[in-house]
Order: sequence, then structure tokens, then C-alpha cells
Amino acid sequence: MIAEFERLLAQPVEAAAAQSLSRRGFMKLSGGVGGGLVLALAVGLPDQASAQGAPPPQVPFAPGAYVRISPDGKITLYSKNPEIGQGIKTAFGVILAEELDAAWADVTVEQSEINAAVYGAQFAGGSLSIPMNWDNLRQAGAGARAMLVSAAAKQWGVAESELTTADSTVIHAASGRKASYGSLATAAAALPVPADPKALKLKDRKDYKLIGKRFTGVDNLDLVTGKPLFAIDVNLPGMLYASLVKCPSVGGKVASANIDQIKKLPGITDAFIVEGTAKPANVMLTGVLPGVAIVGKSTWAVFSARKQLKVTWDHSTASKDSWTDYVAKAKELSVKPVGDKVVRTVGDIDKVLASAKPVEAYYQFAFVSHAQLEPQNTVAWFKGDSIELWAPTQLPANSLPLVAGIVGLKADKVTLHQMRVGGGFGRRLLNDFVADAAYVAKQVPNTPIKLMWTREDDMEHDAYRVGGFMSYKGVLDEQGKLAALNAHMIGFEDPVSKAPTTASDFGANEFPANYLTDYRASMSRLPLSMPCGPWRAPGTNTMSWVQQSFFHELAVAAKRDHVEFLLEVFGRKAGAAPQAGPPGLNPDRAIGVIKLAAEKAGWGKPLPKGRHLGMAFFFSHQGHIAEIAEVSVDAKKKVTVHKMTVACDIGPVINLSGAENQVQGCIVDAMSTLALEITMENGAAQQVNYDKYPARRMPNSPQVDVHFVQSNYNPSGLGEPAFPPAAPAICNAIFAATGTRIRTLPITKAGFSVA
Amino acid sequence: MLRLNVNGQERTIDGIADDTPLLWVLRDELKLVGTKFGCGVGQCGACTVHLNGQPIRSCQIPAVAAAGEKVTTVEGLSAGAQLTALQQAWIDHDVPQCGYCQSGQLMTATALLKQHPKPTDAQIDQFMTNICRCGTYVRIRKAIHAAAAATAGKGGAA
Repeated sequence: MIAEFERLLAQPVEAAAAQSLSRRGFMKLSGGVGGGLVLALAVGLPDQASAQGAPPPQVPFAPGAYVRISPDGKITLYSKNPEIGQGIKTAFGVILAEELDAAWADVTVEQSEINAAVYGAQFAGGSLSIPMNWDNLRQAGAGARAMLVSAAAKQWGVAESELTTADSTVIHAASGRKASYGSLATAAAALPVPADPKALKLKDRKDYKLIGKRFTGVDNLDLVTGKPLFAIDVNLPGMLYASLVKCPSVGGKVASANIDQIKKLPGITDAFIVEGTAKPANVMLTGVLPGVAIVGKSTWAVFSARKQLKVTWDHSTASKDSWTDYVAKAKELSVKPVGDKVVRTVGDIDKVLASAKPVEAYYQFAFVSHAQLEPQNTVAWFKGDSIELWAPTQLPANSLPLVAGIVGLKADKVTLHQMRVGGGFGRRLLNDFVADAAYVAKQVPNTPIKLMWTREDDMEHDAYRVGGFMSYKGVLDEQGKLAALNAHMIGFEDPVSKAPTTASDFGANEFPANYLTDYRASMSRLPLSMPCGPWRAPGTNTMSWVQQSFFHELAVAAKRDHVEFLLEVFGRKAGAAPQAGPPGLNPDRAIGVIKLAAEKAGWGKPLPKGRHLGMAFFFSHQGHIAEIAEVSVDAKKKVTVHKMTVACDIGPVINLSGAENQVQGCIVDAMSTLALEITMENGAAQQVNYDKYPARRMPNSPQVDVHFVQSNYNPSGLGEPAFPPAAPAICNAIFAATGTRIRTLPITKAGFSVA
Repeated sequence: MLRLNVNGQERTIDGIADDTPLLWVLRDELKLVGTKFGCGVGQCGACTVHLNGQPIRSCQIPAVAAAGEKVTTVEGLSAGAQLTALQQAWIDHDVPQCGYCQSGQLMTATALLKQHPKPTDAQIDQFMTNICRCGTYVRIRKAIHAAAAATAGKGGAA
């Protein structure tokens, strides 16, 4: 997925940055856009202009775009990426404050502006925020600290080397002098920024005062008192409300609609047909779908008018996709040992298969919805020569050129205010709802418009997690060790471009490709028009389920202990030198967490009557995570997950509370998703609200025991990687309890339910 | 003209349709946006407020039905800067992830503690029917127990 995000991000970010650079003539950037600009000038931040001329007596110190210190001692840290519930606003604040050596009580964290020239890539996706910003945030904090130290050294006439810092204070131990950061702010603001951020001395891990401790979320007080934080909470003077009614079958157009009647309804100010700007059958929603826009004086006036709307849809361009058909076609294809596209071959798998009796299994997993709780919405205000938006997007950079294209302005005339996101899960990496708002706002110029999706709009026009199918043949040797594997995945592709549907791909290095002497991975792809997109741990959340379930099947067939079976496979590469670049699957880290989870869960030890364990390991988003589910299953096939033991190697943890929260949430999310599905017939989703898509509620939430290895690798993100191992761990435990192998998701297909 | 008593204040709202749900009067007319829209069909509970102390899904009752009754929203939970024990427990236990459902969760939990000052896990399961898509249930339960313990001996006022 990293490659996919890079592809998603590269073009718009570079374009936006180039425009921004030329516009501002901003020459002081060091290290190029996207890296090393931590101590660039604080372009766009308030009060910076005053620091460029003769400074007034009391100016705030804002050495970079990340740190701002007021003479009164208040420290404001700017979090560059969207907060979607992954806790990044708090984690980024902790990293900055650590190197700044600030007292946490002095710190306020605010969402930064969206500006690629200052901040580089700004997005929440791929669990990449921490690994992509670990260095530059530490440098930003350390750079500001260095300038404060320098200011104190000049003031006291002592060498910088004699000074230390602690709790937002510079200290000269030899003379007993101390100066608060606030008292040094004005002097520090007049100093040049450090020339080379990479030359700054960063703290040793053993000296951390903040990183690794527990912090409550920086917005929690505002959340529990109901303060407006979300885009849906934005209220502007004279604001109108709007809704865009789209064809239930994705891609359908409006043939006719009772527009004149709608316009006369109470509280309605306008209604019009939208031709749309998006391609009718596009795997990624990149624009406005056709439909009918209704604008009115309140949300309810608009929602009520929708009930009176009569549209005749032209289905000629609409999706005709049918899940029933896909299931049948995939089953036919699965009997072939090799698909249309071979993605990896090692040795001679056909020869091995011909001379052995392989273990065979065929897996099927459903489409699911993001179902994030805040329905899509955006406030947009088109002012003729510019447009201003307030949006809950995970990928703000992409929305700028998208909106610019829709309203016919240059991207530098688009201002986007990043709002807290009421659940992301990948859905809001697509900016279709921002596009909707921009489109409608242009038709109603000089008026702020709050564009609201209903829950039904949201679930009907989701960018779903793609379903799929996997056919495995595994061969065991005489010692019961895994000798060879043949994997044929049946996935989906765009019917026009033939590009694989998002998260419907099979990587050449997928485990265990590099661990076997005979291996083949291949794909067949069915044409799909339903929009699909990134969904929490895209690709890996389903790959983990099929692969780690099948590994358990192999261990059972070999009559070997599952933990020992998996450790033996990873052991074949133990001690291998780590590769360059972003960390890939590291067998030693895998072995470490599998052993840790087994030890903590009491693997192999006696269990209470009726309890059974299931294990899975998966590497995703740079995180190595092993999970063990402890379940019981009653006579009615109701599965209770009593406990999940989770062992994570994500390097050093930034905020222990936030990290545990993510893991707990991933386990609940995985349990929820085990029992859910979106089916589509005639191109339309069959489940459009929580009554038919019953996301999990409070009862029977399991105990989640989280153990972090705290290794010395660079820290990686945790919004996603705890999700993939959970479903196979639970399904493997169900097998241990019942002898029934779950090969189809949702598990309700086999008569099971999750308590 | 609609008269509502919201968080102890008399409010009047002009020109709204009789079928307007209380949710949209609170959000669009009174700008009390702490109460959230999630599903519009009474499923998710993000819109939970109190009507005379009872938790209700405000997307499911017309605002006119609340005329003359006491409506409490998340903005009215605490008196001034003094947080309730539940609000404090939500912060102490770092409950929220995205946070969108949490005002509804707090309103439901507040009503729970009024009925059951020391709730059992079973009572929590029965009462707390709101959806948290981020899955913060483990922490919600902890925070409810913590708030109950903190208010024990203080008359149970959460």
C-alpha cells in the first residue's frame, strides 16, 4: 500500500507545492519539498510577518511551522496531518514537545494549515504519519530548542555548551540561572534558524521524558463538552444546506426529475440536475457523480424534500455488478491451479503438485463498508475568484486540485480547513464528498453551503473494501514441514482500464514467497464497477485472513503445533541481515512477537473448560503483530471472544495510551467485520444503514492484553496493523473449539455469530 | 413558534416544520452541535439527549414533542468549568478515538448512572446501545465504572 499512497500523493502534492513556491517566492526552503523543511520559515502562520521586520518588543517565537512560543510562555505545536481517531494530533505533539524539552502542561496542539510548501505531504493513511514524520518532527523540536538555548547563551554571556533545558526552561547550572522559554521567545525570534536540521543533536532514547508515557487525547476536553471540532459542526452566517441525491446503482444518470415541484417546497431555495464530473465506472471516486442537488435553509428541509423527489434514472451507464454472479464465476475460476496473471514463481510448483497430495482450501470474503460514524459532509463557500472549504478529509492535498478543477480556479485559490475527522478507516482518502460540496457551492455563489450526505448516501456510495477469493494448495514434506505453496487469487479490476481494483492485488513478495523453494502466486480478475477504496489495512486485512487461516490448516494437517509450525517457517530466514529502505517483513521480529504472544496467552497450557486458543501473525504497515484469541463457542454456534493477547513490534511507542486504544479498537473492529457484509445486485448495495449493517455494539467486548516489544527500530504507525491478525486468530480458535473451518466471511454464512 | 427548555434556558424557534426532529433544531437552529447526526433512523445513538432526564434518540422525535419538557444536551452536562465525574473519567481513561460518538455515549452513560449508580457489567451492556465505530467499548466500560466509584458516597450524582 505504500506504493499506492505514493502514487496517490505524488502528483498533487508536487503540483500544489510548485504553485505555492512560485506564488510566494519562498526561497529559504532547505532540503527540498517533502523533507528537510522543518526549519523553513513559518509561511502562513499568523504574526510571522512581524518577525521579518523590526520586531516589536514582544513577539512570539515561531521558528518553524511546527512550533510557536508566546512571550507569556504558551507553547503551541502544530500537527500537520489529519486527526481521524488514530491519535496523531496527540502523538505529534508528544514528539515535538520531547525534543523541544517542553513541559506538557504548557503545550497546546493545534491542527496546522494545509500547505504542501511548508509541510510536505499531509495525509492520514497507510499508518504512515509516524514513520514519515519521526525525523522531521524531532528536528523541528530540537531546532527550536537550539535557538532558545542560543538566545539564553547570548543573554547571559555564557557558552551554549554550559546550558541545559528542562520543562520549558533553559538552565545554567554553574550560576543557578534559569530562563523560561516564554521569557526567551522575543530574543529567539530574532535569531537565524539552524542551517542544517540534520546536524541538530537529538535526544538519546534513554533520556526521553514524554515519549512512551500515557497521554490523554489533546481534544478530549472539547469532545466531552460538545465543542465544535468536526466539519459537520461548522456554522457560518447565511449558510445554506444541501444534499446531492445519486443513483443507487453507481454511475446511473438523471433522465428526468420533478425539479420544479421540489423548488416550491418549504425551506427549499434551489434544486438542479447535476451532470457529474466523475467517470461513470471508476474504481476510485474522483469527482462528482450525477444526481439531483437540493439546497435549502436547514438540513431537515433538504432531507424532507428528498422524500418528495421523483427521479427517473438512466441506468445505461450504471453498474450492473452482482455479488451472486461474482461468487459463481470465482468458483469456476478457482479450479484452475494458475490464474491469468502470474505474480511470482519460485522453483517448479507444478512438478511438486504432481507428485504430492496437497492440502487444498478455497476462501471467500465479502465486500464491507467503512461505516464511519460521521456521514460525509463538507462546508464550501465559493466567492467567485476563490473557494474556501471545511472538510473531514484524510487526504487534503488531493482535494485542492480536485476542487480547483471543478470550480474552474487555480489550486492556489482553494483554501481548505482541515477539520477533525469523525472516523476515517480509509474512506476519506477519497475526496468525492469535498467535490460534491464544491460543485454545489459554485452553483450558489457567495453563500456558504453545508453539503450533507445521509447515512444511506454514505453506505450506498461507499468506496467499499473489495471482496475476493483465494484458492490454496499446500504441500507438506515427510517431517510435516511446509514444502511448497500454490496460491490463486480471484480478485477484481476496472472494466475499462483493467487496473486492479484497490486492495485487490497480490504482491510478488507476499509471505511465504521468500521462504519456500517451490511457490507460485497468480491472479485472475473479474471486471468490477462498484467503487472500492482503501479500508483499514487495505489488502492485508483480507490477505491475512486467508493466509493465516490456511497456515493453521497446514499445521493441523501436519499434526503439528500451530505456533511451532509457523516459527519453523520464519526460522528458515532467522538472522538474515535487515534490508535497506522502509522495514519489510523481518523474520526475527516475527519470531519475537509470536513467541511473546504465545507466552503471554498461556499457549500450550491448560485452559478453563470450553475455552480454546487460535493464533495468527501478520506483518503490515511496518508493524509485526501476533495475536491469540481465547474463545468459547456455544451449542448455537455463538462465538464469545473472552480475551485477545496481542504482541506488537512497532519500534518505540509514542503514546502508550493511544497505542493501546488503537489495538483495542482494531480487535473490536475485526470482530464486528467478521459478521458483516455488503452485497450488491444490479450495481446497488443491499445494505444502506446500520439496521442491515449492524456494526458491533458494547456487549461482550473482550479483554485485550497488549504487549509492546519496544524495539530499537524506528517507530511505525498503529492505526491499522493490529487489525489483520485478529480475524484469522479468531477463526483458528473457532476451529480449535468446534472442528469447523471458516472459509467464508462473514462467519454468519456458516451459521456462526459473534456474541 | 416553538418553545424549548434546553440546558435550563428557555429558547424560541421560528418557522420550522412540525415534523422537524429535535436533533436538527438543536444543531441547525440552536447551534448546539455537540449532539451528532449518525444514521437518522435511531440506530447509532450519536444523537442521544435527555428528555426530562431520560435518554432519547433525538433524530426520532419531533422537536414539537419536546415543547415544555426539559431537554439536556452534552453542552449542558457540566455546570461551568466543573466536569461531571463521567466527563472526567472519559478524559482520565482517554476513551475517545475519533470522538464523534462520544457525546451520545456520555449522555447514555449519564442516564445509566442515574438509574444504577453502581452498574454491573450486565447493566452496562443492556443500557449502552450506542455504536462506537472505533470500538472504544473497553474504555467506555472502564470509565463508567470509574465514574461510579468516584461518585460513590456523594449521592451518586454523575
